[in-house]
Amino acid sequence: MPGIMEMFFNLDIMAQAWPLLLQGLWMTLRLCSVVIGLGLVGGLLLALAATSPRRWLSWPVMALIDLMRALPPLVLLIFVYSGIPFAGVEMSPFVAVAVAFLLNNSAYYAEVYRAGLQSVPAGQSEAARATGLSKAQMLGHVVIPQAVRNVLPDLLSNTIEVVKLTSLASVVSLSELLYQANMARSVTYNSSPLVLAAAIYLVLLWPMVRLVSRYQRKLAL
Amino acid sequence: MAQTPMLEITALEKRFGTVEVLRSIDLKVGRGELVFVIGPSGSGKSTMLRCCNRLEEPTSGSIFIDGRNIVNCPAAELNRLRLQTGMVFQGFHLYPHMSVVRNVMLAQIKALKRDKVTARTRAMDMLDRVGLAHKADAMPSELSGGQQQRVAIARALALNPKVMLFDEPTSALDPELVGSVLKVMKDLRAEGMTMLVVSHEMAFAREAADRVVFMDGGVVVEQGPPEAIFGNPQHDRTRAFLSRVSHHAGAE
Repeated sequence: MPGIMEMFFNLDIMAQAWPLLLQGLWMTLRLCSVVIGLGLVGGLLLALAATSPRRWLSWPVMALIDLMRALPPLVLLIFVYSGIPFAGVEMSPFVAVAVAFLLNNSAYYAEVYRAGLQSVPAGQSEAARATGLSKAQMLGHVVIPQAVRNVLPDLLSNTIEVVKLTSLASVVSLSELLYQANMARSVTYNSSPLVLAAAIYLVLLWPMVRLVSRYQRKLAL
Repeated sequence: MAQTPMLEITALEKRFGTVEVLRSIDLKVGRGELVFVIGPSGSGKSTMLRCCNRLEEPTSGSIFIDGRNIVNCPAAELNRLRLQTGMVFQGFHLYPHMSVVRNVMLAQIKALKRDKVTARTRAMDMLDRVGLAHKADAMPSELSGGQQQRVAIARALALNPKVMLFDEPTSALDPELVGSVLKVMKDLRAEGMTMLVVSHEMAFAREAADRVVFMDGGVVVEQGPPEAIFGNPQHDRTRAFLSRVSHHAGAE
């Protein structure tokens, strides 16, 4: 039986797999930037709609958010990736994955923003309105900045979840970090590429995890 | 022809669902007048005040500011009309994420479209007027309640309002901080600002108000000069309220 070091921490194999993993990391980062970037914007729009006093707007949006949060992301992913093409809609794998994760994540970001928007006292918007600010100005300059500040740790937590979530894309053969690592494992008959991939995720996410903890401690004070 | 009053409320009604909060309110505030509104909590004082800049939507009736009815104005014009009234709240409601001077600048830039330099100059003037120019770069959380309220007054004044509306401006303040806010209001009166004040500061009303309005149960019960209302109230309800309040003040 090969030793643990050789099986999991084989530096030669890691070095061989490195270019492949780097490609995967690049894909993961691209996916993350799209899903996080559009998710942060889409989530805010959904949250604004969900907290709107107009029920014809807030109710369907709330229902959509609930639905997206209740669906397992993998189900959503496979549905968008494999199911929707039956309806004649052609998407590249990258787009399909991005759309599925975006649907899932905008809903999570929306919930975080919603908590933030509701944490801003009504007096703030009244003061803004009383000084003649339009509704958009009130939201943009008074309410949203405070809402975001109040839920920054949660937005960050959710962002960490997005990065982890992207590894699911390996299931539909998008060549992101985990997929590439698993490929390397199957070619080399060695688990070291997986360990290396895990290490890369760790390096990527650990600072963010620390940041969230620090922030939450600060808020608790 | 007599000058039109700066603020005129006629036949104002406000219902929340089936609850009648205001019933046929008629009230005039002349130019440069300081009118005090007193009354038990739940009497509709604050609701009436909030109708004057349509933070509450009146159910019916008219509110004229400088001769213009603000009740029927279309939503698009509302933001501009609100600039005519400066509102000061019980809870100050300064924007906690902005420095003091930025609090006073925001609406000048966004609603009045003043350029930054003009807005800053005006903001500093207003802060100076309330004695807080030296706190311009502080954050609201670094100020005492009395200072925050004075900044809130400066924020409203910076927009050149025609009328200032005060909604229990000193009720959330520690007693030793009340004086500084009342002093600012007295200065404003001396400068000819028209003011409608909902407050429990009876001593201040007696000293500074031109007229005192007593409200109870959503109606104006009586009004008159402070000597008349405090010295010789005509209605039982006014007498009962005043004796409760003075008893309370005596106990403090």
